[in-house]
Amino acid sequence: MSISSQTPRGRLRKAPEGFVAPGLALDIQRHGLDASRRGFLRSSFAAAAAGIAGVAMTRRSLAADTPSGDPAITGLQPWNTRLGQPVASRPYGMPSKYEANLQRRQSPGLTQTNQSSVSFAPLQGFFGIITPSGLHFERHHQGWVDIDPERHRFMINGMVRVPKVYTMDELMRFPSVSRMHFIECGANTGMEWGNVAVPTVQYTHGMLSCCEFTGVPLATLLEDCGADIENAGYVLAEGADGSGMTRTISMAAALDDVLVVYGMNGEMLRPENGYPLRLVVPGVQGVSSVKWLRRIKVGDMPWNTKDEAVHYTDMMPDGRFRQYTSIQECKSVITTPSGGQALLDKGYYNVSGLAWSGRGKITQVDVSFDGGRNWRRARLEGPVLDKCLTRFNIDWVWDGTPCILQSRAMDSTGFVQPRYRQLREVRGSRSVYHNNAIQSWRVAESGEVFNVHVE
Amino acid sequence: MFTWSRTALAAATLAAGALAALPAAAADIGLGRAATPAELDAWDIDVRPDFKGLPRGSGTVDDGEEIWESTCAACHGSFGESNLVFTPLIGGTTEEDMETGRVASLTSPTQSTRTTIMKAATVSTLWDYIRRAMPWDNPRSLDTDEVYAVLAYLLSLADIVDYDFTLSDETIAEVQERMPNRNNLFFHEGLWRVDGEPDTHNVACMQDCVTEVEISSALPDYARDANGDLAAQMRIVGPVRGVDSLSPALTGTVADNAQAVRAHARATLDQAQADTGDIGSTFAGDARAVLADIDASGCLACHARDTPLLGPSFREVALRYKDEDVQARLVDKVRQGGSGVWGPIVMPPHPQLDEAMLARMVDWILAGAPQ
Repeated sequence: MSISSQTPRGRLRKAPEGFVAPGLALDIQRHGLDASRRGFLRSSFAAAAAGIAGVAMTRRSLAADTPSGDPAITGLQPWNTRLGQPVASRPYGMPSKYEANLQRRQSPGLTQTNQSSVSFAPLQGFFGIITPSGLHFERHHQGWVDIDPERHRFMINGMVRVPKVYTMDELMRFPSVSRMHFIECGANTGMEWGNVAVPTVQYTHGMLSCCEFTGVPLATLLEDCGADIENAGYVLAEGADGSGMTRTISMAAALDDVLVVYGMNGEMLRPENGYPLRLVVPGVQGVSSVKWLRRIKVGDMPWNTKDEAVHYTDMMPDGRFRQYTSIQECKSVITTPSGGQALLDKGYYNVSGLAWSGRGKITQVDVSFDGGRNWRRARLEGPVLDKCLTRFNIDWVWDGTPCILQSRAMDSTGFVQPRYRQLREVRGSRSVYHNNAIQSWRVAESGEVFNVHVE
Repeated sequence: MFTWSRTALAAATLAAGALAALPAAAADIGLGRAATPAELDAWDIDVRPDFKGLPRGSGTVDDGEEIWESTCAACHGSFGESNLVFTPLIGGTTEEDMETGRVASLTSPTQSTRTTIMKAATVSTLWDYIRRAMPWDNPRSLDTDEVYAVLAYLLSLADIVDYDFTLSDETIAEVQERMPNRNNLFFHEGLWRVDGEPDTHNVACMQDCVTEVEISSALPDYARDANGDLAAQMRIVGPVRGVDSLSPALTGTVADNAQAVRAHARATLDQAQADTGDIGSTFAGDARAVLADIDASGCLACHARDTPLLGPSFREVALRYKDEDVQARLVDKVRQGGSGVWGPIVMPPHPQLDEAMLARMVDWILAGAPQ
């Protein structure tokens, strides 16, 4: 069937260049706009839009006569009385200038250098479950690098039939998959283990992001090299940056859902997130999702590398350290309203937040408005995916009196996110990692929201 | 050291069944090639707790001290004790810890920092990390014997070895027997396996779940501004705004505050645009060429244009001196090095820089580091 034989329901009309005579258009293209050509243009637009202009004039005079009208409606605005910017004036698009406050930020005093440091994602400003690529949290151990993809190599060695190397060209020819997963740093909410330390959800929970990742299942590549999965229980992932980040990963995870990733949210990885290649280990603390991935080694014992023997170990009350605490357990947080914000009115609010579990899917989120006495079931927005952020929403009518908001998630294993008291009873308060306690936000009569701990 | 159960291995074998569900039989794809021995040599550098992967070699405490002073001390201090750039490496361990293999000060209320040597259980960890990632701004620049030497010196600072010790692939196992925290790490299977056993057991109670709501912690008033103006970190449209955390907490009712909260939030956007700052002077040369020189001379390890790193940002320097004639003084400063102007961290001397190039760099910095 040819297109012309159909009458389209909404027919596309040519853009307003039709208002300009072809001779004048060519003239402007060649010589630009001068006073006389401008005059021509103005008259042709004016003629074409005479009806609309008439309405606008009427409105303007109406506004002067009726001061009760909203000038945003009754007055003309610059954006509807002016020619807009041309296409591709920003060849790579940017957010509106009015969104400039939402940025990745460091927490002052947290780290001593800016290369081995963290920037937190502004969770308070996100909708849905996908983190915009430019706002994905950062954690580097020796600064970020921008690797030439033509000079990047990926090696698999150790207990394999054939140790192999791959170029990026080759990796991007493999059968690919795209999956949505969260990445959460093991130290997320770590500043809050002992007491309240930071004011907003950006700093309490912002070492958390969620993207669509595209790449090759690690299992495919392990099979390609003939990995000895009968006798090897572990793989080591190694980065190509100055830190040469190394982490031991269980063979069970490696064969299950670990991805060797080059794509993120429809484009290549950003350099800060490991361009051109990173590992994504779903549900496991972010440090295992090694960025700038250059090597996987297959072995029969864990490696005890610096970032699994000196850091990323969980200190227990008796001074001993839990090691290889990988899984990010079920957790949730309300992002609107949240700490450091002010409500602007009494009445209806759509209270919104995020829930996730490193062990599976979110099955239920409950929200309390009275500090944990009583709870109501929140709505889960789809899709609800394995080891992925889930957005929840719940109706709330604020009567203007002080209250404490909390959220509590449950995952597909039946595990329920713990209260602070429950967590500290087992793990004390001197750990840095894996704090998944219920977060409390106190709303004052003034409308201001504060980060507080409720045992 | 911890011991490993066989359950993780069993799980791996089970999961091998999952291979069948993969998109295609990779064996048929024919991509990639065998790694050559030289390639494996270059990259296969990891060292395990059983010392598999440790190359032959040796280094003395004396040699290590020399390398330490020139290469490591600027960040870690002469005795690994410095807290200026990194958490201290050394301190907090005793002779008794070396007997028990458990560092007692980890539970002491008076021990405020946890040094590296208090935590590390295996000496292989230190060897592997020094080789792969140190020194901080020049990783992989130490050869095998130098790594042994540096580690020997570090161990001597912690009194784990004597000052006449030679660390080598043959003596390193003795050191392991004296690592102060060697018996203090344990494998926690509950958070290793995806189906591991959790250690907290909350229930999804819906009504009358607690009798008393006790707030156990809140941010103290003096820390209200510690993370800057929160209003400048939040969206300026929607059901809420960020609060002005540079002023005291809001009082009164929400109706009293809404207008001022909105106005302040909006003002933060204008503020952000004003902060981009005008230095007032201009740079006549080729900014890109200067930046390339600056990069090639290693300046960017400690300085950046806008953000303070180990040293001040170029913009900070320009703003501080924007009304002074300091060109010659700064040229001299870069050449001689020093500390104290921007904090205690030492800027090393740079005698090798070409005079004309250095003058161009300083001009560029004082002009506000234009891009």
